[in-house]
Formats: sequence, C-alpha cells, structure tokens
Amino acid sequence: MIREFTSTEVLFIVAAIRWTLILSAIAFLGGAIGGLIIALSRTSRKKSLRRIAAGFIQVFQGTPLLMQLFLVYFGLAVVGLPINPLVAAAVALTLHASAYLGEIWRGAIEAVPQGQSEASTALALSYRDRMQHVILPQALRLAIAPTVGFLVQLIKGTSLASIIGFTELTRAGQIINNATFKPFLVFGTVAALYFILCWPLSLLARRMETRMRRAITR
Amino acid sequence: MTEHAIIMRAVNKYYGAFHALTDIDLTVEPGERIVICGPSGSGKSTLIRTINQLEEIESGTITVDGVELTAGGDNVAKVRRDVGMVFQSFNLFPHMTVLENCMLAPMKTRKIAREEARATAQLYLERVKIPEQADKYPAQLSGGQQQRVAIARALCMKPRIMLFDEPTSALDPEMVKEVLDTMIDLAREGMTMICVTHEMDFARAVADRVIFMDKGIIVEENAPEGFFGNPVNERLKNFLGQIA
Repeated sequence: MIREFTSTEVLFIVAAIRWTLILSAIAFLGGAIGGLIIALSRTSRKKSLRRIAAGFIQVFQGTPLLMQLFLVYFGLAVVGLPINPLVAAAVALTLHASAYLGEIWRGAIEAVPQGQSEASTALALSYRDRMQHVILPQALRLAIAPTVGFLVQLIKGTSLASIIGFTELTRAGQIINNATFKPFLVFGTVAALYFILCWPLSLLARRMETRMRRAITR
Repeated sequence: MTEHAIIMRAVNKYYGAFHALTDIDLTVEPGERIVICGPSGSGKSTLIRTINQLEEIESGTITVDGVELTAGGDNVAKVRRDVGMVFQSFNLFPHMTVLENCMLAPMKTRKIAREEARATAQLYLERVKIPEQADKYPAQLSGGQQQRVAIARALCMKPRIMLFDEPTSALDPEMVKEVLDTMIDLAREGMTMICVTHEMDFARAVADRVIFMDKGIIVEENAPEGFFGNPVNERLKNFLGQIA
C-alpha cells in the first residue's frame, strides 16, 4: 500500500536531521583532535612522524569516502566487533576529517612566519609553549574560514552513511520514498534541509575569508 | 679564574654544500661589546645564531657561560634562557599586547609569577622608554618602538648575553637612532653584547672589538681605533670604503 507524503512523513525526515547533526559533530570533534595530531606531525622536525602523517593523508584523500565507510563497517566484523552503523560511520568520518583538517591546519601552521618560531625558540620556550601560545593562536585565525568550509563538506558527506544503513537525513528520505514513491518531492525536501544546514555556514566561511583577506592586505 | 662568556672553537657550519662558517674561533669576555660586520652572505648572522642554536653546527664546540651547547641534555635550553636575541624583523608576537609579549617567556620558562613578570615587564618597558605602549598591540607601534619592545622582551628574561642580528636594518632612517640609543644604554650598563650591524658609528662608540667576516671566515678583528684607523685586510679596506 502506498502512503501519502503528508506532514507526518515530512516530520519523520526532519527528525532525522538530529542524526546528521550528531554524526557531523562527532566526526568534526574527532577530526579536530586527529587533525591537530596530523598537522603537528606534518610540521614536526622528526622525519618519521612527517612521513607517517603524510601517508595517512594520502590514503584518506586518495580513496573515496564511501570506500572508507565500507572498509570500517565491514572491518568491525573482521576484528570481531559487533556491526554498528553509527560507530562505523563515526569512525570513518572521523578518520576522513582528520586527514582533511590535518592538511588544512598544516598549511595554516606553515603560514605563520618563521620568525615567530625563531623568536620563541630564542626565548627558551619549549615546543609545547611555542605551539600553544605563539604558533597555534596565529594559525587558528588563518584556518577558521577553510575549516568552516570543510565542515560544510563534512555535513554533506554524512549522507553517505545512509548506504551502510545509518538512518540520518538521507536514509530517512529513502525510507519515506520507499513508502510513498514520490522521489522528486521526498529528495527535494531532503536536499532543501541540507541546504538550510549548510548555507549559513557557507556564508559564514565566505565572510570570514573576505575579512581575513582584508586583514592580510592591510 | 674568571669564566669566559662565550668560547667558540673550530666551529664549522654547512648549508648543504655551502660552507657557511669555516673554523670559527672566538672568545668573548663578560661585559665585552663586540660588533660583527661584513658583506651579506658572509656568515655573520649565522655565527650569532649558532650561539643559541637557532642554527646547529656540524663540528666544533660552543661554550656559553661554562655550559657546552653541543654536550646535549638540558644545555641548549639553559643557554637560551641566559642569551637574549633581537632580530632584524622584530618578530614580536602580533596576537599579544606589548606587555604580554614581555611576560610570556619569563612566566613559562623561568616559572615566574604573573604579577612579578608584569612588574619586570613594566620596568624594562620604562628602560626602553615606552611604558605608555604596554597595552597596545605590536601593529599599532612604529618600527622603532617595536624593536625597543623586542629588546625589552629579551631583557625580561634577565639574560647575561644579548645578541643583536641587524637590529636597525629594517627600520626607517629616522627610527634607527632611538634603537641605537637603547643599545648604547645597555652597553653602558655592562651587558655582554654581540651585534651584527652596519652602523659603524655605533661600533666606534661602544665596541670593545670589531670583527670583519667574509665568506664564513673571521678575516680581521681589532679594537675600533685600529679596525677603522688601520685596517690590514684588502677586503676589509674595500668594505669600509663602500659603507663610509
């Protein structure tokens, strides 16, 4: 029996936004921690650390996010863990975000003038103090706009988690579509909801970028 | 026995195949003021940057206040705490106020309490004659003021030796004097100083010894009278002719 596309169905889809947001938040926070480690490794004086981080980035930038999701999802079973779509999606997206944020932040760290590092080294500051108080606060300013830009990509990327059966926004749309057979209407609604999530962030990123550019050329 | 401030023995430094410093031997006594000059690329900046190991050396030894840099352990950190450095491009921390610039290192590396660090910072900002700028950010100051803050920032670590790497080269001409005056004051107070600079009037006024470098070698060193009055080396004569 074919259901109608009523407010009940719309509400079901809207309610699934929370899972898109939760998954995005987990991936972004996990990716922020992982990305910081990657960025610091990439800018480290130790060659082995730089190599490992570069390899990590290349693997995750050089393969489709969907394959990463599959590998983690089925990998859980291989190592004997119960298959859980949320855990698999969260792990895969965290790794994915770590690679991209790591690369964005490496660029930001390297964009801080060499003299800043030299001056703090000459003042006998430890590596940790140098990073925490001198380099990272300056790098952060440079990184904010591209980081918000990546967050938009990440939110859209969570839609792939639908394929491993995690019921976020896109999967909720598929479920409703299977019951109503109104694909254009259903996926139009889904797309509009993504747009409502992402558009303000895109605007924010663009505004920060313009402000940054003005600050640099001043 | 009085301890030497700095002893450099047979120091060699390479950048790839380029021999940046060749068999540098240099001894600096406490309270001595040394000016190093020479054409660009002669290794003078590299030389002073080896003293706090901003540049690592390939061979030789450097001993600062009895602590051998190359001996490992905590020695490099120990030396850096006691050696202040002032750079050509100031290198103030742009996201911190002048006062915060001066307080950071004493609090973090000497573990000095915030209030004491603040008092020390204010004291040295007065010494370099800009106490009223304490709460501004570096970008709000002129180049000369920024360089004086950089000097104050280094002094807040209470260093026993100060290194100056072309401190006036990036300044507009009208600001050179205020920075040199600050350095002259410091010299009169007995600070051990090594200055890489082309300011020969400064060298005449305060240096105990002037060193001329060329192609990574110390070519000539002498007291200012002899250095300027009676230079021996041909390249030095040439150099002095060009900058006079």
